[in-house]
Amino acid sequence: MITAGVDIGSITAKAAVLKEGEVLAVSVGFTGYNAAQAGMKVLAEALAEAGVAMEGVDAVAATGYGRRSLPVAGTIVTEITCHAAGVHLLHPRIRTLVDIGGQDSKAILMGDDGKVKNFVMNDKCAAGTGRFLEVMARALEVDLDSFGELSQRAERAARISNLCTVFAESEVISLIAAGEERENIIAGIHEAIGSRVFAMINRLGYKEPIMMTGGVAKNKGVVAALERQLGCPIEISPYAQCMGAIGAAVVAREK
Amino acid sequence: MNARTDEKERKKIKAVKKMKEIMTFYYIDAKTASETGKKVAWITSGGPVEPLIAMDVIPVYPENHGAMIGAAKMGVELCEKAEAMGYSGDLCSYARSDIACATVNGGPIGGLPRPDMLVCCNNICGTVLKWYEIQARYFNCPLFILDTPFCHTSFSAEAKRYVRRQIDEYITFLEDVCKKPFDRDRMAEVGRLSIEGQRLWQAVLDTTINRPAPMTAFDAFFHLALIVTLRGTQQAVDYYRLLLDEMNERVREGVGAVDEEKYRLLWDNLPIWYRTKWLSDKFAAHGACLVADTYTSAWCSSLKYMNEDDFLESMAEGYTRIYLNIGVDEMARTVIAMIDKYGADGLVMHSNRSCKPYSLGQYDIRSIVERERGVPTLIIEADMCDERNFAEAQIEGRIDAFMEMMAAKGSA
Ligand code: SF4
Repeated sequence: MITAGVDIGSITAKAAVLKEGEVLAVSVGFTGYNAAQAGMKVLAEALAEAGVAMEGVDAVAATGYGRRSLPVAGTIVTEITCHAAGVHLLHPRIRTLVDIGGQDSKAILMGDDGKVKNFVMNDKCAAGTGRFLEVMARALEVDLDSFGELSQRAERAARISNLCTVFAESEVISLIAAGEERENIIAGIHEAIGSRVFAMINRLGYKEPIMMTGGVAKNKGVVAALERQLGCPIEISPYAQCMGAIGAAVVAREK
Repeated sequence: MNARTDEKERKKIKAVKKMKEIMTFYYIDAKTASETGKKVAWITSGGPVEPLIAMDVIPVYPENHGAMIGAAKMGVELCEKAEAMGYSGDLCSYARSDIACATVNGGPIGGLPRPDMLVCCNNICGTVLKWYEIQARYFNCPLFILDTPFCHTSFSAEAKRYVRRQIDEYITFLEDVCKKPFDRDRMAEVGRLSIEGQRLWQAVLDTTINRPAPMTAFDAFFHLALIVTLRGTQQAVDYYRLLLDEMNERVREGVGAVDEEKYRLLWDNLPIWYRTKWLSDKFAAHGACLVADTYTSAWCSSLKYMNEDDFLESMAEGYTRIYLNIGVDEMARTVIAMIDKYGADGLVMHSNRSCKPYSLGQYDIRSIVERERGVPTLIIEADMCDERNFAEAQIEGRIDAFMEMMAAKGSA
């Protein structure tokens, strides 16, 4: 059985094609202003890479903020269920999944059957999301992609006590003015985001092993800060960005 | 008529019409009070209204008015006006709406009638103190404050004496403003009607113990208006008797408020007035019925402290020990008792940007409930009146994810 999953997020759209539980192909593109078009485009790309024709697909499921817009979706399901389903397929040992995206972050607790047992979300506040890092990168005039690397060269993490993005930004600016090393400030920013996410995970009551997905998972500094808070290692999936789409393809098969 | 519209007709609560009528007359009465020589008092939603009724004063509730403003989707406009006047956007949206509305006579009914006095009880929050002081200055009218100490863990004898004494002061205040003596016999009668009304309201809410539930919390949000505004009158008693009969009939006939009720949920905090229909449809589409809520039940939760043969005496305790004036542990116990009573499978908490006393402690209550009953919680971050705090896509995502989780649990 061949199934496809499409995850239309606020910034990027992702598609995955699965055959009997094996990932044949994934594809990523920007969502832009037309969610349906973006979803269809990544789906076509993934199908082409997998060498499968649209007619050969048995079922399609859509997820993400634009989940209701995909015309070919037979099943519509939220990212929470999809992320859990994707992780359960590829990394069945994982019990807690932390997803930090550009706009929101969420933590999902999974049962032994891979089903969602509980979840928490932060979608109201920029602190604890990729957006927080973006604002800080701008204040520091540093390319966001080099954040992880730079923070590893820090002697110590500067103290950033404010968790609010707006206040933290002015704190960062005063640190710059006071002559604090850029590396130390970045490390401090990672600590701040780490403790914010840690508080969220704690509210959930997490269980090991823990996996992190989402764009921010690529930042080694944030991962390390969160690991220190948790006191245990965090696993990163090579499919971090496409977990929602892969999970959607899994759900499509179940329905 | 096809079967679908037939079913829709069957689900409509007939008493709604009567209720709208009563509320219309009530507001006409209040708005023409200056012509009929009656006095008007503005009072907080948790305030002691019975002595006002006994004195023939028409009580008017800025919070009920706030709910109407919210439901009419006029909250944002008024809140923005208040912000332009200098009030903080963090202030409760009822307070912002009311303060702004008073200056322009806006909102769905062209503003509230001018008050002859204000009665403020801080058993619901501290916001009302400053809010009522502002209005007392604006309207240049007398203000009575009933100060009810917060019951962290218990209600002490000192607290009881303290509140009881203020009730005497309240009566003196009313005699001064109304320029007539307080009629104790009439008060006893009003007290009895108040308790009877509360009992009936509780009975209405308890009809949802049945499966399927004949009504939802969204219906309760609507039918609540009388127990708030006309508590202590025969009219409220008659109305709730009518509503109770209708609900009992639905139970007998097996009419459920939600098609194929699969999940029973408990709502916490104020309604999101401008989105009740959207939310109600959203949950119903998942086969979820909000069978009860901590909000509408607050207007009968003090019954256990009330004595109908001595209303004035027991009122001090009844008005102090309400849901918003107790510690988190007792709140959690109340929630758990409701989960048991109504057989709820999940808890939906509205984390309300406006109402701090209601929203603070929700995360603790959530974990206590999860620990004690294994019941999952959905948190919706919004505001009861200020639509700017409502993010549809996010909220929809959370609700859908929560219902998917409930479905997966059910199938596991
Ligand atoms: S803060 Fe809460 S209790 Fe106080 S007036 Fe506003 S909504 Fe009512």
